[in-house]
Amino acid sequence: MTATIGRHAQAAARASDVWKVYGSGEAQVVALRGVSAEFERGQFTAIMGPSGSGKSTLMHCLAGLDSVTRGTVSIGETTVTGLGDAGLTNLRRDKVGFIFQQFNLLPTLTAKENILLPMSIAGRRPDPAWYDTVIDTVGLRDRLDHRPAQLSGGQQQRVACARALVARPEVIFADEPTGNLDSRSGAEVLNFLRNSVREHGQTIVMVTHDPTAAAYADRVVFLADGQIVSELIEPTADTVLDTMKKLDTPVITEVGN
Amino acid sequence: MFRATLKSLLARKVRLILSGLAVVLGVMFVSGAFVLTDTLGRSFDAVFADAYAGIDVNVAAKPKIAVDEAEGEQVAPAFPADVVGRVRAVPGVAEATGVVNADGARLIGSNGKVVTSFGPPQLGENWTGESDLVKLREGRAPQADDEIVVNAALATAAKVKVGDRVGALTAFESKRRDFTLVGTFGYSGGRDSVGGVNEIAFTTPAAQRLMLGKPDTFNSVTVRAAAGVTPEALRDDLTRALGPGYEVKTGEQLSTDAAAGLKEGLAFFNKVLLGFAAVALLVGTFLILNTFSIIVAQRTRELALMRAIGASGRQIIGSVVLEALAVGLIASVLGLGAGIGVGALLAWAFGTFAGGLTLAGLGVPPAAVVSAFAVGMLITVVAALLPALRAARIPPIAAMQDVATPDRPLTRLTVAGAVVTAVGGALLAVGLTGNAGDATLSVILGGVLFTFIGVALLTPLFSRPVVSLLGGLFAWSVPGRLGRLNSGRNPRRTAITAAALMVGIALVTGVTVILDSAKSSIAGRAASTVDAQLVISGAQTGPRPPVFDPAVVDRAAAVPGVNAVVGVYNDNAIVDGDRAYVVALTDLAAMGQIYHTTAQSGTIATLRPDQVALSVSGAKELGKSVGDRLTAQFARGEGPRTYTVTAVLPDDRAIGSIILPKQAGAEFTSPQPFTALVQLTPGTTVSQVQPQLEALVADSPEVSVADRATFIEQQTSGFDTLLTMIQILLALAIVIAVLGIINTLALSVLERTRELGLLRAIGLRRAQTMRMITVEAVVISVFGALLGVVVGAGLGAAVVRALKDEGITDLVLPWSQIGIFLGLAALIGVVAAALPAIRAARINVLGAIAHD
Repeated sequence: MTATIGRHAQAAARASDVWKVYGSGEAQVVALRGVSAEFERGQFTAIMGPSGSGKSTLMHCLAGLDSVTRGTVSIGETTVTGLGDAGLTNLRRDKVGFIFQQFNLLPTLTAKENILLPMSIAGRRPDPAWYDTVIDTVGLRDRLDHRPAQLSGGQQQRVACARALVARPEVIFADEPTGNLDSRSGAEVLNFLRNSVREHGQTIVMVTHDPTAAAYADRVVFLADGQIVSELIEPTADTVLDTMKKLDTPVITEVGN
Repeated sequence: MFRATLKSLLARKVRLILSGLAVVLGVMFVSGAFVLTDTLGRSFDAVFADAYAGIDVNVAAKPKIAVDEAEGEQVAPAFPADVVGRVRAVPGVAEATGVVNADGARLIGSNGKVVTSFGPPQLGENWTGESDLVKLREGRAPQADDEIVVNAALATAAKVKVGDRVGALTAFESKRRDFTLVGTFGYSGGRDSVGGVNEIAFTTPAAQRLMLGKPDTFNSVTVRAAAGVTPEALRDDLTRALGPGYEVKTGEQLSTDAAAGLKEGLAFFNKVLLGFAAVALLVGTFLILNTFSIIVAQRTRELALMRAIGASGRQIIGSVVLEALAVGLIASVLGLGAGIGVGALLAWAFGTFAGGLTLAGLGVPPAAVVSAFAVGMLITVVAALLPALRAARIPPIAAMQDVATPDRPLTRLTVAGAVVTAVGGALLAVGLTGNAGDATLSVILGGVLFTFIGVALLTPLFSRPVVSLLGGLFAWSVPGRLGRLNSGRNPRRTAITAAALMVGIALVTGVTVILDSAKSSIAGRAASTVDAQLVISGAQTGPRPPVFDPAVVDRAAAVPGVNAVVGVYNDNAIVDGDRAYVVALTDLAAMGQIYHTTAQSGTIATLRPDQVALSVSGAKELGKSVGDRLTAQFARGEGPRTYTVTAVLPDDRAIGSIILPKQAGAEFTSPQPFTALVQLTPGTTVSQVQPQLEALVADSPEVSVADRATFIEQQTSGFDTLLTMIQILLALAIVIAVLGIINTLALSVLERTRELGLLRAIGLRRAQTMRMITVEAVVISVFGALLGVVVGAGLGAAVVRALKDEGITDLVLPWSQIGIFLGLAALIGVVAAALPAIRAARINVLGAIAHD
């Protein structure tokens, strides 16, 4: 789409010098200050940072849920910045998958209907083989006809994961996917996300504040005060925790000042 | 607690606006009806007070048959002119004037059409000179018998001016007679008419002949008392002097009596309006109940928190009821204001379009204010009571849990619904089979009300299967499928919203079934029993049907190709002491020929002046059979007449139930036939005879000759008018139901913000979102209409069955109307969905997902 296609062929999502400013005058809050980041195809990236660091804002901007004040965002070969509502809807429908902390399933639909909903909305039929693979991976085959209210939190989140995966989007954005789950269910979901990256080449960007969750990722990007401040490749829970501690100190000092 | 209630009320004011609006509309209807009838009542008071202002005492002969003002003009019988002399001779009388004054003088306008009236009488009178009330505007008084003066309103309506030759029809001459218009007159205060009355004034001899049918008679004497004599004292003196055959009243009495009759009519009109207002309020109750239920459900957490921090269940109920009271109070104030406006507007429209009634100042009677507040606040509080009780049952633990309290099973509701419906059905059965005596109407109305409430309670049970079936129509697209699922989500909410629409649609359908059945029965009977190819009659535009010269009947019989003709007169008479509807026929033998009548007993032949024929039901009611005698007193009759029964005829092969000879017709209020049935000889075509018959009535511009199909249509057109009026009055109930649908959807959209956000996040387009909401609305509204159509058709069919003995034998289900209602309901759904759908489509995706 742009001249940079060749160079960034591997990026599933990209932010270039993204600024996000809320409000104006005295009430002005700068959430992102010139963030540039690339999220490689087939990688599991975690975005971490303390509360108010702008990690959720960055994800919302990347996913086309929120507009950027300055800079550009693109998903695959599509420039997100400047798209209208119809364009954004198409982008979300065809190129992006979401997993939310609150699961966000439709209570009126069964698990299977929830999983297939994005495809139905788009008027596409799922690839049966891939659908079977996804269902088996999330281990929901015997729960397909249940409604969300009849499923446990972990099961609901696995349905949400399956919903994101089955359409094979360019990139899946996961917002604190384990935030509402106990550690066992959380581990299941995270394993499952990591496997879908390793075995099926899915791209996932996950926002989290939990170092254990971040350790499942291939790479962790650290945000503080609206800027990328650090990065870890092949993280472990310990290295993530260490990095977080280093980040926390200046922030606390700042607040203290 | 009070402060918390107020705060929560303010926070949700938008949500309460729509349900408040329902109360506003209902209250508006109630107070508007009171304001309208009060204003009209006082206006009529003023009209009559004015009309009789110059009269101290009035003398009239006792009427033979009492008729009140709302039914039409009473015929004051004529009395000999020498009565005026007897009155004048009574001490204390300063002046006595013989007056001819009767309804039925119709002027023919410059366009050749008769000037019609939609209520006020068209008086024909003798010119008795100018007075405090009456003043000549132009020209002079009538001096010759072919000269007339008319009031200014009539001159304007007829577009005639002084010097014109104008035609007129009179009570005793339905053939056009031409007069010279020599003057016009108006009334004190520069008015053109008093209360929309049209007046033609003749010379006294002409008035006597044309309006009373006898020379040298009057039908009242107006008396002025000498100085120092009170009207009351003079009245008593006159009563003594004249004897029992006369009615002597003071001018004041006369105006009070005249106004009282009309006010009875107005009171009835007021009751009808209040009945429709009650329907609107019933629908409004459903709407408020639903709104408060939804609000309580949405506030579950907040209410539970209040319980957790120590609020008692009673306090929670109090807070919800207080909220309802506040809404009811505001809505009542607004509704009263709107009602005063609407009442004033309708009074103005009535005064302007129904014949120039000068309106008294607008008044707000205490009844309007009291009923506005009582109804508005009572309805709101009663409707909020159930949700309040539910709110009080929320356990404090709900504050900590995210899960919504699951819908309680519908068993209790269903049982309650079945019981209430059964009670309604039982009441209807008792009322319709005539076992309730005087309370019949109340029992039937109660039955209808109970049926509605019962069905509304049962609606959640039906809603699942029916909604899923209806929704199936839209399930071909994803938004359609989602909309269908959403409408099945809260069966109670869907049900009550649909039930609100049901009430209006059911009433309209029921009335349509009844009227269409009556129409079809009448038309069917006419078609199967009446072997007449042509009918001479006029379309009735006022309280009295147009009539024509009795000679027309004889001349029609002489037209080649005509086999038989029967002319029909009708009136109310006193038969053996009781008031009864009677007809007089020019020739019973001709009727027998046209109706192919075979007498059940006795013989069918032209009645002699002292003979009467009865229908089977008439004979049964009077307890008479062939050879028996009965007496009848007619409106214009000198005294009672005695008749001998010569024949008893089958009900469906006779015109009327008491059939008199034509000589009796001459003593009826309208002493002329209003319709004539014409049978042609075999082989004669309608087109051969129709022009010749038309020539016979050329002098009666109100009357025409129609073939049978046209005639039947004319006869039943009144049903269509009635139906249209009822539909207009019920429209408000349907509008309120539409508000209900909008309200339910708007609240549902608010409630599902997060879901909508998710759907948008995973790629639902704006248009698809709107379609989803629209499908939900259409499913609800079509469901409501379907319920209404079924309940309405059931109620209508029950009434039709009950009226079988009254001659409504056909049951007609108005399929095309039903189709229209369902189509309309779908349209209503689309319209109702518009705002909530736009709101849903505009939801900020990010904000919605973060929405808690």
